[in-house]
Amino acid sequence: MIEHLPILIPLTLLMGALLTPLAGALRRSFAYPAALVSILAACGLSFLGLHQVLVRGTMRYHLGGWVPPIGIEYVLDPLASFMTVVILTVGALVFVHSRDVVQNELPEKMVPFFSVSLLLLTGFCGIVLTGDLFNLYVFLEISSLAAYALIAVGEKPSPVAAFRYLLVGTIGASFFLLGLGFLYMITGSLNIADVADILPSVVSEPPVVVGLVLIVTGLAIKMALFPMHGWLPDAYTYAPSAGSALIAPIGTKIGAYVLIRILFYLFDPNYSRLQLPLTSIVIWLSIAGILFGSIMAMAQKELKRMLAYSSVAQIGYIGLGIGLANPLGLVGAVLHTLNHAFMKGGLFLVVGNLRTRLGHSTIPLFDQTLRKAMPWTMASYSLMALSMVGIPPTAGFFSKWYLVLAAIEDSNWTAVGMILLSSLLTAVYFFRVLERVYVRNSSSTGESGEGMNPRETMPSDVESMEVNASMLVPTLVIGGGLVVLGLLNTVIVTEVLMRVIPPGL
Amino acid sequence: MVEYIANYSAYWLIFLLTITGLYGMLVKKNLVKKLIGMTIFQTSVIMFFVASASKWNATIPVVDPNIGSAATSLYINPLPHTLMLTAIVVGVATIGLAFALLMKIYHQYHTLDEPQLLERMR
Repeated sequence: MIEHLPILIPLTLLMGALLTPLAGALRRSFAYPAALVSILAACGLSFLGLHQVLVRGTMRYHLGGWVPPIGIEYVLDPLASFMTVVILTVGALVFVHSRDVVQNELPEKMVPFFSVSLLLLTGFCGIVLTGDLFNLYVFLEISSLAAYALIAVGEKPSPVAAFRYLLVGTIGASFFLLGLGFLYMITGSLNIADVADILPSVVSEPPVVVGLVLIVTGLAIKMALFPMHGWLPDAYTYAPSAGSALIAPIGTKIGAYVLIRILFYLFDPNYSRLQLPLTSIVIWLSIAGILFGSIMAMAQKELKRMLAYSSVAQIGYIGLGIGLANPLGLVGAVLHTLNHAFMKGGLFLVVGNLRTRLGHSTIPLFDQTLRKAMPWTMASYSLMALSMVGIPPTAGFFSKWYLVLAAIEDSNWTAVGMILLSSLLTAVYFFRVLERVYVRNSSSTGESGEGMNPRETMPSDVESMEVNASMLVPTLVIGGGLVVLGLLNTVIVTEVLMRVIPPGL
Repeated sequence: MVEYIANYSAYWLIFLLTITGLYGMLVKKNLVKKLIGMTIFQTSVIMFFVASASKWNATIPVVDPNIGSAATSLYINPLPHTLMLTAIVVGVATIGLAFALLMKIYHQYHTLDEPQLLERMR
């Protein structure tokens, strides 16, 4: 069974996506357990896969017994197994959390919601695991179509946001496909390992350059790299809470993952760095994105929209790590993928908690009663905010640390300054909420003045509104997990990420 | 120069189609017209693959007893066509979802004209 692992992970999710509506047709209450079981099974398999890869090395699975390059192969290498673990762990935590959120926000659409969510994760895992370029395009479109559908069931303007995302996302995917066409014309192969073998001998041909530029453009749209981020803020804001908690942590990172595959595994890492100025373009776009996202996030009143703009900034960090194209940068980018997936996932769970209990997530309406009403949710938020800013020992500090080291190694002082500056900006926009909840006097006791000790003006009759265990536990697990990930970062880096660095970088 | 253009006439037409599609998506104000632009754009990519597989003096990729299976250069490469079948399926799914979204938008805002829509969303 072990040798089937690379295909079993996406297959479990796909079967879950198909069985969930069947179980739901049998009895509506069966749908959620069916979905939960399949994602937990897939999550377990992904951990088994990571363990196997660390012990035995890369696993290759030939679909239908056809040997590549003719057949399609699935490859479970260190990077792929790491990414599946990240995707499915976050996915499983969001699934545990979202039963009540979905029941609250979309009571009629429970069954299709979980089925489409599993399809989304099938797409993500397929992208990560496939060793075939065209197969990758198909999975990219599966996950995108599922994402459009998940976004469109949210608030009133959500279909418009989803339609815009659909137009832009399809352009991105078509650019990717067009680039593949150019590469295929020259190499005559679609298997990633095979193309990587052929490319060095044909790398000076114009179609290869055109193909690479088209692929990178398409992926930049998919990963919402500035200035191709226009679809993101509306899409994340208007999506249902459970939907954005699933799409926001993983969706754009998948684009970054494919970019890593293309730039460092398909092509020789030195080609895209030295012969084409592609990576330096990625660096400058990322820096612009970090600055733009942080400033826009500061201006937002709605927590979800603030998180969406923060995502634009955070994908900039990952893009920066990729663009620096040195081992430390790659480690930083991949580690930040993990950390940001946990942080953003957790923050959207907090939004889900707030919306379930308060019915809104508008920052100016937060006051200090929240710290008594929802103490654990706000404590988790605080941990996540600290991690977003990058305060040790939370996880966010360490990925930024590697990125800063990579930028110093590259003598790119603008990037170093920008990482530090944007950390300050991140502190500004995340601590706005903390200030309202923990420091400032509540608006109801406004006349008592600002010099008063907040403890004395605290209304004593605040009743607890904390969410129930199925929502609280995933939130707390992510909040606490950020500290654990931070403390374990050396283990993660030395055991897993050092094996991710491709030869030649 | 004329020869250069004539030799790649199929690609020039496809390029024109790509630009037409992008123009429709960027400039047209009506959401259905934007979707039509997107479809033209997608089709141009499909045409590109199909055109890249075409070959003079070659036959369909079914083994011909007169040619035998060893002379592969006398057959057309079937792979781009099969890939594009999948791409067409993906395109159909995308367009279907897009129309579902357009219906939902129309039910909520009673318009598919972008400036009007933006005004009503406020």
